Amino acid sequence: MESAKAKTHPQHTPSNALSATSALTADQQTLARETVPLRHHGRTVAAVFLLLVVANLVHSMVTNQNFQWPTVWHYLFFPDIMAGLGRTLILTVVSMTMAIVLGILLAACRLSGNKVLQAVAGAYLWFFRGTPLLIQLIFLYNLSALYPRLGIGVPFGGPELIGGSTNSVLSLWTVALVGLALHESAYMAEIVRGGLLSVPKHQTEAAAALGMNNLMAFRRIILPQALRVIVPPTGNQVIGMLKYSSLVSVIALPDLLYSAQMIYTQTFETIPLLIVVSFWYLLCTSILTVFQQRIERYYGRGVAGHQSTTPARGRILGLGVPRKRVRTTLSSTTAEEG
Amino acid sequence: MATIAHTEHLRDQSDPIVKIVELRKSFGDLEVLKSVNLDVYPGQVVVILGRSGSGKSTMLRCINHLEKPSGGAVLVNGEVVGYRLKGEKLHELRPNEIARQRAATGMVFQSFNLFPHLTVLENLLEAPCRVLRRSPNEVRDEAMKLLTSVGLAEKANVYPSTLSGGQQQRVAIARALVMKPSVMLFDEPTSALDPELVGEVLEVMKELARSGMTMIVVTHEIGFARGVADEVVFMAEGRVAEQGPPSQVIDNPQAEATKTFLRSLNERRDTPVQ
Repeated sequence: MESAKAKTHPQHTPSNALSATSALTADQQTLARETVPLRHHGRTVAAVFLLLVVANLVHSMVTNQNFQWPTVWHYLFFPDIMAGLGRTLILTVVSMTMAIVLGILLAACRLSGNKVLQAVAGAYLWFFRGTPLLIQLIFLYNLSALYPRLGIGVPFGGPELIGGSTNSVLSLWTVALVGLALHESAYMAEIVRGGLLSVPKHQTEAAAALGMNNLMAFRRIILPQALRVIVPPTGNQVIGMLKYSSLVSVIALPDLLYSAQMIYTQTFETIPLLIVVSFWYLLCTSILTVFQQRIERYYGRGVAGHQSTTPARGRILGLGVPRKRVRTTLSSTTAEEG
Repeated sequence: MATIAHTEHLRDQSDPIVKIVELRKSFGDLEVLKSVNLDVYPGQVVVILGRSGSGKSTMLRCINHLEKPSGGAVLVNGEVVGYRLKGEKLHELRPNEIARQRAATGMVFQSFNLFPHLTVLENLLEAPCRVLRRSPNEVRDEAMKLLTSVGLAEKANVYPSTLSGGQQQRVAIARALVMKPSVMLFDEPTSALDPELVGEVLEVMKELARSGMTMIVVTHEIGFARGVADEVVFMAEGRVAEQGPPSQVIDNPQAEATKTFLRSLNERRDTPVQ
């Protein structure tokens, strides 16, 4: 290789040191030439190898009779599966919403100047992050064993104002939603706290110097900047919640996974049904990922190095923007990142 | 001499816009301000000089209550900042009342502190529309005029991160001015800038001084102090060491601290650039 290059570019070695001017022009000629990018042969080999492996895998999956593709197709839009998918989505959306609200309150407590609020929030986080979600769900499900009645009334054994037996207050759905939300709120609290702390103190001062009160400064200046940090991990948590919500099968709430389990325990078509379930989980997480990217882009506006340096108000969901426009924004993500 | 006459004329006519009385401030054991007294009259440009750690910035931040004084008081437009006189005692104001008081003072920070998630124009509109509840259309015209006056009208719709430091600081000045403050506070406005960008910011400040704005400027720019200030205040160890027109404080300093400080500045300037 080396010798071949030397032959094609003889100007590299000045043949005559005395003729300075001709050597200079020769150098200039050399430097003005086209550059040849370095070839990464190792990468090419690895890519070809991986392509072969993937092709083989796909081929085997399609041709292997044990996957029972006709059965998969049969159950893909099966009413019980659809109902389970609906329950999983409701569980995810409702418990996540509750967790975000609770998480913001907990973060506010942790950041407040009051020691009692800090300690209570700290203890809450310690418990709900320190024990498995599975145990928390079963605990909540069996709460009637500890407290047969739940209600609101005068504390320390005073008369009850409203209430009922624990099992009537805590329905299956309530246990599932509250259980998931309590656990998740502990994680959300830390995410929110981290986001709020990421905004420089100078921003609060600048807002204050302009005469903004605390609420105004928080809502208009601090929170929008904190969201840039809060949104990406929250997206991960939503995607995580979609899958962790399958733990409610321990309290026999027929979510997506449990609905499939109920079918295959009778028909023994375990693999095809798990493929069906995986398909729906993957579809949902893919859609969520697209939304996550868009929201991240919205809240990243104005940050150096970020693609959007032009104003983009109210375009989180591409609402009010012609469809063609939306498509270009979507497809241009990769191009603009380079 | 003209500037002195100008200042004294103002003094005779009106009450001070900013009056600082026996101001003290400690951070833990560290006593930053020991006892500061200062009057600033309408239309005056007061430049505060002093070594870092002499309490210049702390004093400035007490004027709009970003720092809570440990003792003494600051009055802006005759109103005690952060407190209400009730009987014999000063009662601390609620945060919302302090926020209302702050709207009367504009502040420009060393690190610009523009809001990165808002465009330049939105940075200017935010406070007048939210704090003073003025209509955005009305404010937009004034904001655009101010941006034109600092030479950045064409940058109205970009985000601050795309601007140079000098441009950001000029936007920050416009953002403070759009609130129509009765006094402008500058906390080392050019200290974070590359040397070649200092001039454009000082030029805007000079123009502002010419327009009659009352200004209190903490800076190390002696040239600005000499050319623009009506009054130069030299601070040392939490006190006002010397005070007077620039011709007196800068060119003929009396206090030992002032002499040493100015000598060290001159030495730095005379050091050849590597």
